[in-house]
Parts: sequence; structure tokens; C-alpha cells
Amino acid sequence: MMLGILAHKPANMNTARRYAVQRLGFGVLILASLLVVAPILFVIGAIIARGVGAINWEFLTAMPRDGMKAGGIFPAIVGTLLLTLGTALVAIPFGVGGAIYLAEYARDTWLTRAIRLAIVNLAGIPSVVYGLFGLGLFVLFLGFGTSIVAGSLTLAIMTLPVIISTSEEALRSVPVEFRTVSASLGGTRWQGIRNIVLPQALPGIITGVILGLLRAGGETAPILFTVAAFFLPRLPQSPLDQTMALPYHLYVISTQVPGMPAEIQYGTALVLLALVLSLNVVATVIRSYFRRKRQW
Amino acid sequence: MSTMLKFQVDHLSFFYGAKRALTDVTLAIPERQITALIGPSGCGKSTFLRCLNRMNDTIHGTRAEGRVLLDDQDIYAPGTDVVDLRRRVGMVFQRPNPFPQSVFENVAFGPRVLGTTSRSELEGIVEASLRGADLWDEVKDGLKKDALSFSLGQQQRLCIARVIAVKPEVILMDEPCSALDPISTLRVEDLMRELARNYTIVIVTHNMQQASRASDTTAMMMLTDDRKSGTVIEVGETKQVFTKPQDKRTEGYVTGRYG
Repeated sequence: MMLGILAHKPANMNTARRYAVQRLGFGVLILASLLVVAPILFVIGAIIARGVGAINWEFLTAMPRDGMKAGGIFPAIVGTLLLTLGTALVAIPFGVGGAIYLAEYARDTWLTRAIRLAIVNLAGIPSVVYGLFGLGLFVLFLGFGTSIVAGSLTLAIMTLPVIISTSEEALRSVPVEFRTVSASLGGTRWQGIRNIVLPQALPGIITGVILGLLRAGGETAPILFTVAAFFLPRLPQSPLDQTMALPYHLYVISTQVPGMPAEIQYGTALVLLALVLSLNVVATVIRSYFRRKRQW
Repeated sequence: MSTMLKFQVDHLSFFYGAKRALTDVTLAIPERQITALIGPSGCGKSTFLRCLNRMNDTIHGTRAEGRVLLDDQDIYAPGTDVVDLRRRVGMVFQRPNPFPQSVFENVAFGPRVLGTTSRSELEGIVEASLRGADLWDEVKDGLKKDALSFSLGQQQRLCIARVIAVKPEVILMDEPCSALDPISTLRVEDLMRELARNYTIVIVTHNMQQASRASDTTAMMMLTDDRKSGTVIEVGETKQVFTKPQDKRTEGYVTGRYG
């Protein structure tokens, strides 16, 4: 009884003040979080509200007509999917391979330090610079022309730093112990990596890959000079063909075509947003699924 | 019965970079017996243990001097196949560390990396190894269950089964019971006795009762007089080391006066 009374004794002034400070602190932090989320929600809400009216079967599956003021955006959707696929084909093997080398094999020498520094810096280069680089190297010098190949390679190079650094991080988060145990059982280094480390790091790697590809799929500047067609109402015929792509198409119909119905603009933005967000959801689901399974 | 020697360690010194960890360790390890390494923390017991399968090599900048003969072959001689050495000299670690996979996958890992692919052959090895580690009856209905869902004691016996599966000649154990409760500890000790019929076992332990209960030979390690690196100061039959130690420092340690 006595103890109960003591436990419920009103807090003294000092404690009360400390609680007040804590409440104030939390309040500021919550406000900051809301301020960050609010614009995103507003943008998404506005795009959905204004664009949803444009979405119908024809819009998603037909060629554009009447100087893009009518018809659909099918070639742009296909083009973006093809470019993302092409980027994945190049960026995943090189990115994950590079990450395995850096995380598992590379000793700490001036060379590997230089490579890491280069990767960090590559991640900070503006995307339009990648576009110009792709124009110079792939379109002109290597003679791929403005093509899906040139665009995919450019996007892949832009994506590589993201994939390498997230994959390397994922590999390093696997405890050293597993590699040691594998070695102690007579496994070669590669067998330990292949059978134990890689499967454990896979969710992190997949997340990084998807986030990298998301960025690639939504970029305009790198494809501007390397692949994107202003108006091409047919599907690409070969990897060396040009294609329309959603981000560039959105740019074009928003700034280059007078008298464009706003509904088509917002509808296009909505499709791009839906593609990107759905991939994002996939990445999140994969990550949380594996994180629940992981026990170390 | 004359005992064969499995390891003959001859004036072994070991360095982490410029730092000397072991000085002039000379020790014979008899075949198919249990040899315990005892001594205070930081005197190089684990380092020494890891010299026997060259696990220290995985740390960059380490270096060994002297010779370690395994069946009369110097394992530090140039051209030694370290991967094959580690198959012959397996290891059980301080903390139970099964891979985050099923029981079956854990035990099958070694045979698989060594080239066994047939499912039925693997199943045979897995069952035999789990029986050998006194674990079969507890896990036979849950071979597909995640290894980490079992108790720590079971996990440690699983790690022992995983080592047995590659049919080593020697099993090194680095304080294998320090994370286990007393009952699990006794089960592992019983298992060690059983295994010693077929394997040479070297165990590092801080538990004096464990060393005196479970080992045939005991080697006492201490820091050298300059207190910078470790060495073996006394080796003998376990009973003798614990009842009639030759070295004052051993006597002080095994009677619990310091360490």
C-alpha cells in the first residue's frame, strides 16, 4: 500500500520539466516527418485525381494519334519496359559481380580505394552528363546510333554505382563467421560465397537492384540523346531501333506540344508513377519477407 | 598401447603483423585422444588451435615460424593445399554457428562442396553424421527445419555433425561449451569421448573440470615472462597435470589460485 502510494507520487518539478522537453522534442520531430510526407502525398493525390480520367484500355494499348493529342501511349510504355530490361541485363551482372569482387576478394590497396572513390563520385554525377557521355561513346563512337542498345548501356552505367554500393553493403552485412565456417569445412572461398554468403545477401542485393532500375526507368536526361524518339507511333523493330519512353514522352507533351489536353499529361504521369511505385512495392515486400526469415 | 602422434608442433612462433602472439611452442598431440589446452585468457590458446588448420591464414598479415607436422607433413611447407588441410582438420567454434539453413543443408554443406551430388548418398552421410553427433533422434523428423530453431546445445551438436560429415582426421574445438548450459555441456563431453575413438580431438577450455573430466592429455599455456606472447609451459597426462603439476604456475592455475 505504502509502495503503491510512493510509485504514484506526483513527479517533482524537475521531472515534469524534463517530460515537457521530451514532448516538445517529439512534437517537432513528428511535425518534420509530416512536412516531408505531405508534399509527396499531395503530388501523388493530384496526379491520380487529374490523370485517372485518361486511363482506359485504349490509352494503355493504342498508338498515339493526332500529334499525340489523342490515342494511347503504348509505345512509350513498351519502350520504358524494354529500356529497363536492357539496363538490367547489363547492370546486374556487372554490378553484382563488381560488388562481390570488392566485398569478398579485393584487398585494401590504392587501386581498390580508387575504385571505391570512383563509384561514390559516379553516383553524384548529374544524369544529363551520363546522357552526353552515352551520346559520345555509344551513339557516335561505337556507332550504335540512337538506339535501345545505346540507351540501355547509358542507363546501366548510371545505375551501376547504386547497384554496386548497395550489393557490397548487403554482402558485408553477412557475418564473417559464415565464411570462416565454410573454409573450416574444406570449402573454397568461392564455394562459401556462392552457397552461403550470396543467398544471405540476396534480399539486400535484390532491393538495391530494383531501386537502381527504378531510377533508370524514370530518368529523362540519359535517354534524351541516346534513344528516345519524339514521336514514333510504332513499336521498336530491333535493339538498334529508337523507341518512345514514358519519362521523355511526358517531358515532350508537357513542354513541346501546344494545346495538349492536361488529362493526357496527368494520365501519362500516372502510368509512369504506377510502374515505378509497383516496382518499389515489390522491392519492399521482398526485403521485409527475407528480413523476417533472417535470424542473425 | 603405444600412441601414435597426430601433430608434432616444433618451435612454433606466430605473428599478427608485427605483434608476436606465440613463442616457441613445442607440443606433441597424440592420435585418437583428447588433448586439452588450458591457461588464462589472452595467452594464445585459440591462436595456437587455429594454427593447426591454418585458420589464421584468413586474417591478413599473419605469419608463422617453426614447423607443424601433421602425420609427418609440415602443414606450413610451401605448396600445402590449405583447403584440403581444413577438410582433414575440422573445427567447432565457441558460439554454435549453424548456417541459417535447414538441418539437412547444414550437414550436407561439407560433402557437397567436396563434390558429393547424389541425393541418396548425401542422405546417408547426413544421417550417419547426425547419429555420430548424438543428435539424430532429436532432429530426424525435422531435417528440413531451420537449424536456428533448435536449442543452443542442439545447434552445437549440429555443428559437430557438420564437421563429422566431411570425415576429418582431427577435430579442433575452441571452447565449444562456453555458450551452453551444464546439461548440454555434459552431453557434448560425452560425445567427445565417443568421437575420440575415431578422431583426434584438441579442445581449448576455460573450464578446469571439463579439462580434467574429458581429456587424456593437458597442455598448460601461459604468457612468456615478458608478458607479450603465449607459450606452452607444461604438458602431460591430464591426471598428472591436475594432481602433480611440475610447474608452480600450472599448480596455481589448476587449483584456482589465479588465472
